[in-house]
Amino acid sequence: MLTVKDLYVRVEDKEILKGINLQVNRGEVHAIMGPNGSGKSTLANVIAGKEGYEITGGEVTLDGKDLLDMLPEERAREGVFLAFQYPVEIPGVSNASFLKTALNEIRKHKGLEELDAMHFLKFMKEKMKMVGIDDNLINRPVNQGFSGGEKKRNEIFQLQMLQPTLAVLDETDSGLDIDALKVVSHGVNLFRNKDNAVVVVTHYQRLLNYIVPDFVHVLVSGRIVKSGGKELALELEDKGYDWVTNTVPAAETV
Amino acid sequence: MSTEVSNVEELAIKDYKYGFQTEIETDVIPKGLSEETVRAISLKKDEPEWMLEWRLKAFRHWLTITKENEPAWANISYPEVDFQDIIYYAAPKQKISLNSLDEVDPELLKTFEKLGISLQEQKRLTGVAVDAVFDSVSVTTTFKAELSKLGIIFCSMSEAVQEHPDLVKKYIGSVVPYTDNFYAALNSAVFSDGSFCYIPKGVRCPMELSTYFRINTSGTGQFERTLLIADEGGYVSYLEGCTAPMRDENQLHAAVVELVALDDATIKYSTVQNWYPGNSEGLGGIYNFVTKRGACRGKNSKITWTQVETGSAITWKYPSCILQGDNSVGEFYSVAVTNNRQQADTGTKMIHLGKNTRSTIVSKGISAGKSNNSYRGLVRVHKKAENARNFTQCDSLLIGDKCGAHTFPYIEVANKSAKVEHEATTSKIGEDQLFYLRQRGIAMEDAINMIVNGYCKDVFRELPMEFAVEAQKLLSISLEGSVG
Amino acid sequence: MENTRSKDWYISSFKKIEESLNGESKTPFHELRKNAISKFEEFDFPTIKNEEWKYTNIAPLLKYNFKQVTGVKISKKDIEKFLIPGLKVNLAVIVNGNYVPELSHFYKQPSGVRIESFRNMVLNDPEFLMKYFGKYASIDNGFVALNTAFAFDGTVLYVPDGAIIEDYIHILNVSGAEGENVLSQPRNLVITGSNSKVRIIESYHSMADNENLTNVVNEVIVGENADVEIYKLQNENMKSFHVNRTQAYQNRGSVFTHYSVTFGGSIVRNDTNTLLDAENCTGNLYGLYLTEGSQHVDNHTLIDHAKPHCQSNEMYKGVLNDSSRGVFNGKVFVRVDAQKTNAYQSNKAILLTSDAMIDTKPQLEIYADDVKCSHGAAIGQLDEEAVFYLRSRGIGEELARTVLIRAFANDIFETLTSQILHDHLNHIVYAKLK
Repeated sequence: MLTVKDLYVRVEDKEILKGINLQVNRGEVHAIMGPNGSGKSTLANVIAGKEGYEITGGEVTLDGKDLLDMLPEERAREGVFLAFQYPVEIPGVSNASFLKTALNEIRKHKGLEELDAMHFLKFMKEKMKMVGIDDNLINRPVNQGFSGGEKKRNEIFQLQMLQPTLAVLDETDSGLDIDALKVVSHGVNLFRNKDNAVVVVTHYQRLLNYIVPDFVHVLVSGRIVKSGGKELALELEDKGYDWVTNTVPAAETV
Repeated sequence: MSTEVSNVEELAIKDYKYGFQTEIETDVIPKGLSEETVRAISLKKDEPEWMLEWRLKAFRHWLTITKENEPAWANISYPEVDFQDIIYYAAPKQKISLNSLDEVDPELLKTFEKLGISLQEQKRLTGVAVDAVFDSVSVTTTFKAELSKLGIIFCSMSEAVQEHPDLVKKYIGSVVPYTDNFYAALNSAVFSDGSFCYIPKGVRCPMELSTYFRINTSGTGQFERTLLIADEGGYVSYLEGCTAPMRDENQLHAAVVELVALDDATIKYSTVQNWYPGNSEGLGGIYNFVTKRGACRGKNSKITWTQVETGSAITWKYPSCILQGDNSVGEFYSVAVTNNRQQADTGTKMIHLGKNTRSTIVSKGISAGKSNNSYRGLVRVHKKAENARNFTQCDSLLIGDKCGAHTFPYIEVANKSAKVEHEATTSKIGEDQLFYLRQRGIAMEDAINMIVNGYCKDVFRELPMEFAVEAQKLLSISLEGSVG
Repeated sequence: MENTRSKDWYISSFKKIEESLNGESKTPFHELRKNAISKFEEFDFPTIKNEEWKYTNIAPLLKYNFKQVTGVKISKKDIEKFLIPGLKVNLAVIVNGNYVPELSHFYKQPSGVRIESFRNMVLNDPEFLMKYFGKYASIDNGFVALNTAFAFDGTVLYVPDGAIIEDYIHILNVSGAEGENVLSQPRNLVITGSNSKVRIIESYHSMADNENLTNVVNEVIVGENADVEIYKLQNENMKSFHVNRTQAYQNRGSVFTHYSVTFGGSIVRNDTNTLLDAENCTGNLYGLYLTEGSQHVDNHTLIDHAKPHCQSNEMYKGVLNDSSRGVFNGKVFVRVDAQKTNAYQSNKAILLTSDAMIDTKPQLEIYADDVKCSHGAAIGQLDEEAVFYLRSRGIGEELARTVLIRAFANDIFETLTSQILHDHLNHIVYAKLK
């Protein structure tokens, strides 16, 4: 479904991604792990279409469609969802009205009928129950005054609401205590099915105990230096990132 | 919640939707301004001698302050107004007195229907009484009978001059004297009509009162005068809306609004101003030069101004509160949106005279296109105003790099017990917020609307529900094309 | 009436001086003065009808015919009491607007540094002077015009590329003469090269107890990546009139920091402006005014962001006693294209009596969109909770208030780098707010 081919990305004068290749198929969960500054978040942002990144080479496609050529909202309507590391606060805009607009835009794009207020409300209530989010958060302005945990939970709630085909979770575990982590993971696990895919971007293995990946990729200095199954994450946790950086210098020079 | 969503859907409307002109026979006093014009207006309205005298005094005063004294301090620029090239009186031709709505010219009724203002009482679902002003005169006032049962007077200014001369005589010019400024003098001399409202002692007006202003005839200036008095313990919420046809010429609107709140009275005055702003090149549009002032004369009285300013080529207005009564409260909530080549210089004055007076100012300016948007405000605490409090929050949002946002607050404090706080910020619309919304599938322009609407929430909250919806729609329309 | 007479008085004074100039009146430099006096004739003194002078009526100073006085004898001992105790400084002494070499002294400076009298420059190196003079402080009102027309003396400081001046340079101004209303119009010029650093103290004092007028213009050019700090201390007698225009011009990466502290003077008007005319500049303007009696202190500031990626910080505070009056007018101007500007401004004032008054007008004028600008103004009393807190710890109410007011005022000095200067200013605040 998602194909990243030989992707090179610069920010100002600095090369951040240096030839990323990644194939994600339906029904799969991929974890991208790496130390701070390795380019993990850059990859997530580039997929979603954030400004400020210069693509110097390569391509990113979703079901064969060129994502890099699309506006951020077009990518979202095509099914790309980014769960933000730091969800922004938007004063005065209620969560519910924001989601109704977003959902209907996506439905319109898919040729579905827009949901009216009543049907939307019903649909939302279901999802709220599913993710365990309460009324209070729904009626408040988007992310405003939310705790770190509430913000992340709100991201997962939106994931459930919008039902994308590709969910990219950017450091969704950061700043969460163990209980919040379980709730968030539960939401993601409810979401995953044979028709969609999840890319989990994380620094720590911890999250992967709850969202079990099919593939693990290790990103160091803008390159994927090692790929493997879920056991790779445990090995990393055990030996630290130095282990990959030290064992695969040869690969880097190729 | 649904209002926000629906305003996004409304985006399909591209142009100024009120830009039509009504074909109707009008009775016009020819262009130009002289003592004769003033006499002619007064004669048309069959005014008593005292009213004519007052007009003439104002006119003579205006003559002494012409040209050089035309206000020049505001942060706006426009070609000189030729006061001889304006029609000062235009009225739809109809029978002198109307016994029922059936006698109103059907073209006129249609016009107001088109504007979404139904003058048929039975068609009004919510209780809003409307005084409709078309060019220079009031066309009709709804719900009069029902209001009069409570002793509430709600009628056109012309009618009030005839029917309630004592009240008019007592209060007209008592808040905005004709000597106040250039445009106030002009208005006092040539005002054609407007609304008059009196809320008697202890009466809470059960419905929203509303005036709807429409400039129709080409080349006319609109000079209406509104006078609103809430007697002891009275309460009224008053709404004002305005539109005009699209024209290449600039038209002058120079209104005066006077509010008087006596002991324990409360007046809420809300405006949604949507005069034609001119086209994207700055051609045409209304010059909106308005003097609005409220006097909190009685103790514990309260006046709240809420305004949403999206229209006009130039807006120049400062709805103010004179806080005379002890414990009186003044509030000003404003959203001013400018796009293309619009200019707005707006704000308020809070004059603290009585003890324990309080005022709040919340101003949200949004500039887009090549427009300029200024907040200008004065908070003055007089020497005798013990324990005065003011809080001011002025925020400006910039959309695009060709517009300007300016803040000119004046704070004058002469009493040590005063506490005055002013905060202002100016920033660009949040890139992160835009990206977040777009990542969820919302288009750029809709995302901007959402953010701007959210930004103005504190002001919209103050508007009556019906108006809040209208205001949000207007906001989206006036931000049309603000992103390249 | 008064105003016209006053205007004529200065114009005729100018003519008289001009006649005594001999050859100098034929120089290109003098042409600049002549141009300025005609501008003065055009502008005249400002009135309250002028928006920039709305709150400051200078009519009282037009009642006097101030004149330039030379030859007042003053000793090193007389000067001593105006020095900052314990602070090592390079000292330039200006008496009644004239530079006095006998009272001035300088330590050895890095090569290329020039510290000399403006008079010297006019006579010996006018070409150098004219490269900078009047290029920054534009003549936009009668006072700047008058100073420019009467630009005869003052201090010129030139700091070449890379030079760091270790000790403070203290430009100490003393005005007054028995039985005279003295007019002092020093003109100072500070030119700094790239990567240079200098800290300047600019102080004003009085000798006799007469009404004097000090009308200063400072032009400060801050070189690339240079760091210039100015501490302006106004401590003239309570009858003095003081008008000060300081205009800084900032080059790329420079930092300009200005402190304006006003204690003395009858009518004081400061215009402190900086133009951030290249990327990555920082402008800091700080001010404190403690007024009493019938003092009137007006601080105008202008931070002009002309280029992208600059920041500015501004904080002015006032404590007003008796029937004194304060004015603060701070303008932050962000020009078209000055993107990524970050500007913060704050002004606060406390009125101690029911006769004191404050008028404030913080302004933002912004023509670029990618900016973060804010200002805050607060006028009011002390935090009553803080007063209560101190009282609950056994401190009497009056003392509690005094302590808090001093803390409010001294807050301005928190960023001072010199402990000695910090203590000195704290000491004055302490004595003033007893």
